[in-house]
Amino acid sequence: MSGILARRRQKLLALKALRTAPAPAETETCPACGAGLPRREWVRSLSVCPRCGFHRPVGAYYRLSMVLDRGTFRELDAELCSADPLDFPGYRDKLAQARRRTGMGEGVVTALGRIGGRRAAVGALESGFFMGSMSAALGEKVTRLVERAEKDRLPLILFSASGGARMQEGILSLMQMAKTAAAVERFSRKGGLYISVLTHPTTGGVTASFASLGDILLAEPGALIGFAGPRVIEQTIGEKLPEGFQRAEYLLEHGFLDAVVPRAQLRETLIRLLALHGKGAASHG
Amino acid sequence: MAERTAAERVALARHPDRPGTPEFIGTLFTDFFEQRGDRLCGDDRAILGGAALFHGRPVTVLGTRKGRAIEERVACRFGMPSPEGYRKVQRLVRQAEKFRRPVIAFVDTAGAYPGREAEEHGQGEAIASTLALMSGLTVPVVSVFTGEGGSGGALALGVANRVLMLENAVYSVLSPEGFAAILWKDAARAEEACEVMKLTAADLLELKAADEVLPEPPGGAHTDPAALMATVDAALVRSLAALSRTAPAALAAQRYRRFRALGAAAVRKERA
Ligand SMILES: [Zn+2]
Repeated sequence: MSGILARRRQKLLALKALRTAPAPAETETCPACGAGLPRREWVRSLSVCPRCGFHRPVGAYYRLSMVLDRGTFRELDAELCSADPLDFPGYRDKLAQARRRTGMGEGVVTALGRIGGRRAAVGALESGFFMGSMSAALGEKVTRLVERAEKDRLPLILFSASGGARMQEGILSLMQMAKTAAAVERFSRKGGLYISVLTHPTTGGVTASFASLGDILLAEPGALIGFAGPRVIEQTIGEKLPEGFQRAEYLLEHGFLDAVVPRAQLRETLIRLLALHGKGAASHG
Repeated sequence: MAERTAAERVALARHPDRPGTPEFIGTLFTDFFEQRGDRLCGDDRAILGGAALFHGRPVTVLGTRKGRAIEERVACRFGMPSPEGYRKVQRLVRQAEKFRRPVIAFVDTAGAYPGREAEEHGQGEAIASTLALMSGLTVPVVSVFTGEGGSGGALALGVANRVLMLENAVYSVLSPEGFAAILWKDAARAEEACEVMKLTAADLLELKAADEVLPEPPGGAHTDPAALMATVDAALVRSLAALSRTAPAALAAQRYRRFRALGAAAVRKERA
């Protein structure tokens, strides 16, 4: 790959990452501990609070820029977006707003890239776009990524962050659960390696489909991960939920994660895992 | 006769006398042997399933169960399955594949149970792995949506080669009450939600999430159960006859394509 091309790609990714980042301010307050920290300190710490360790949600482009080798990001299907299939009142305007605000077509970024020199198919959901909720376009992009990984015999890495279903797309939102799960199942039967990273928050249909189907399940510290939301559960059972319920550490204790990995160690963890799967990660079929 | 509104159909779909999975199994199948338990930690009464004969042919039949008397309804969590239920489904469909039996699933649930234990036992993982498993089965799968079909909890039993819906059954991403609460912060607007959600059998047929709508007696399924059973029986015979001629690998491929295509028209291309 030419150096110029790589630099250009890196610049593009950095620009996109900035576009979806929150508006710059001199100091930003940690939502968890209230500490006011200079913006550059947040940047240096990958948006993890240096005082309390709180992992702030980050945008999809920024997320990918944190784990990919510099200059290797090649976005796929960037032009795919929702077509308002149910003609739902007000949805088109909201979509247009979300597009303007984030500069993204849909709530997931999918790409090919390299991690520690190894090629991979990667994707990240964007919590700033309709809370990363499952739309037909999001399901389509994820499915295409999985199929691309299968075709090119690449390991698959997906970062989830989702509030659940895209209400405005009704049953078609729901159907994406079956579609993405089926694609992952096919990929898996062919021997493909899939690492799923659950980030705050991952709930509803995304949890109950592709996000839970990784060979390896990782999560960021403190991430809320579940199927039903805590408020719905409290209303149903009529009691308060225990401290830490549905948090990454809680899931780890209950046997539903391989590891909780701090953001600063995520890239090296992925590199290690790809190496552990050796050729198997890239030559299945 | 005037068309029913979507809200009227939701009410019919939830009617307490509406035939449920136990009635369908009891009427349409012979020699039903209930298989209980997930072989991991429990038995979810909200899922009823086992081996049976359908017109003399061995099948695996399963479905959600709401219960009738109040004690039974509570034991079945009003038809909302727990992870143990989905893992029981997985056990049964794996056996169906092993013994080359078609799978017939009846779906009538508001959704997966949103409880503390359900989450601790991995409700999300249980549904996800059921979807994945069902998608790759090499035996015919026919799902019949008989009443309420709510969210991923219903979909887990609906990854089929053919999805049939009773005329007044509904199938949606969430209950109308939940939908109104989330989108408009007002659960009282549920009736309005019914109309915009596109959750009736006719809507689902148009969106290709359902393949066939089965007519109900004029007053609804509960007013003439015998007529309803005859309709469902004939539809199952038809569906299974068509699928029985399909090769095992082609069954999985057809199911994959069926779901792969859903939502394709809901996507367009535009430069961001
Ligand atoms: Zn803090």
